[in-house]
Amino acid sequence: MTEHMTHLPFIVGSYAAAAVVVGALIGWVTLDFRMQRRALADLEMRGIMRRSAGTAAARMSAEAGEKA
Amino acid sequence: MTLSELANPSRFLSVANRAIPWLGGATVIAFAFGLDLAMRAPDDYQQGATVKIMYLHVPSAWLGMLCWGVMSIAALGTLVWRHPLADVAAKAAAPIGAAFTLLCLITGSLWGRPEWGTYWVWDARLTSELVLFLLYLGVVAVWRTVEDPSRAARAAAILTLVGAIDLPVIKFSVDWWNTLHQGASVFRLGGSTIYPTILWPLLIMALAFTLLFATLHLAAMRNEILRRRVRTLRLVQAGAS
Repeated sequence: MTEHMTHLPFIVGSYAAAAVVVGALIGWVTLDFRMQRRALADLEMRGIMRRSAGTAAARMSAEAGEKA
Repeated sequence: MTLSELANPSRFLSVANRAIPWLGGATVIAFAFGLDLAMRAPDDYQQGATVKIMYLHVPSAWLGMLCWGVMSIAALGTLVWRHPLADVAAKAAAPIGAAFTLLCLITGSLWGRPEWGTYWVWDARLTSELVLFLLYLGVVAVWRTVEDPSRAARAAAILTLVGAIDLPVIKFSVDWWNTLHQGASVFRLGGSTIYPTILWPLLIMALAFTLLFATLHLAAMRNEILRRRVRTLRLVQAGAS
């Protein structure tokens, strides 16, 4: 068996480990983003908004009223 | 745009939302290019094909240290300048740095077995790298156990600055002690000792890993800002009911 073949499991194992670690990081960041966005949307749907968001919404509706 | 302008979380989110797809795209291109070069690179005359592990091991080791460096600057931002995004940056970086350091340890073990005849040895370089991994776990544990975010930020910042002592120990461990691990061969006085056909794939892979870190860090910071907004709104909701 050549040297390349005897060391193949170590090389493949390293690249597989990298794929798992990088995949886990991407999965964690993506899922966390979805969870936080869903939680924010849920709160806003129940009328609980940040003060700045509320102020911006009020200003926009006042501007719309003025134009009308 | 200045750093103080980015201190506004809403402005930061808007910049992050625009930058993340571009950074992600650049990361994919750099990895495709780097992996192609790495697979086509010649075997080392002494180590044979196992040199291919270097294209993962060395960049992940660099990133593990770079990430702690970023956290150390963020820790100063928390303790000295009280920058509003400093602890967000530090908290977001810790799990990413832990993952890169873990990858460095795994690939190092898998490289060590065929070259040294052992997966692990308690020499200075390997041990100081393991200490870095444990420090990362410590910082993650502080963030998870201290409930008040500002207290957690200060505790994590102090631990990060104390842990920064480990960075020069890792870097110079191969010079200060007799180790099984080889000495510096890329960034050293007198130039790199690696042949260009092996050095270039390594540098491109290092760039790809750095872009991956930048993308993940920005995305994790965005998540952390959103998490804090959710927390604040839930407190408002609890106060109103």
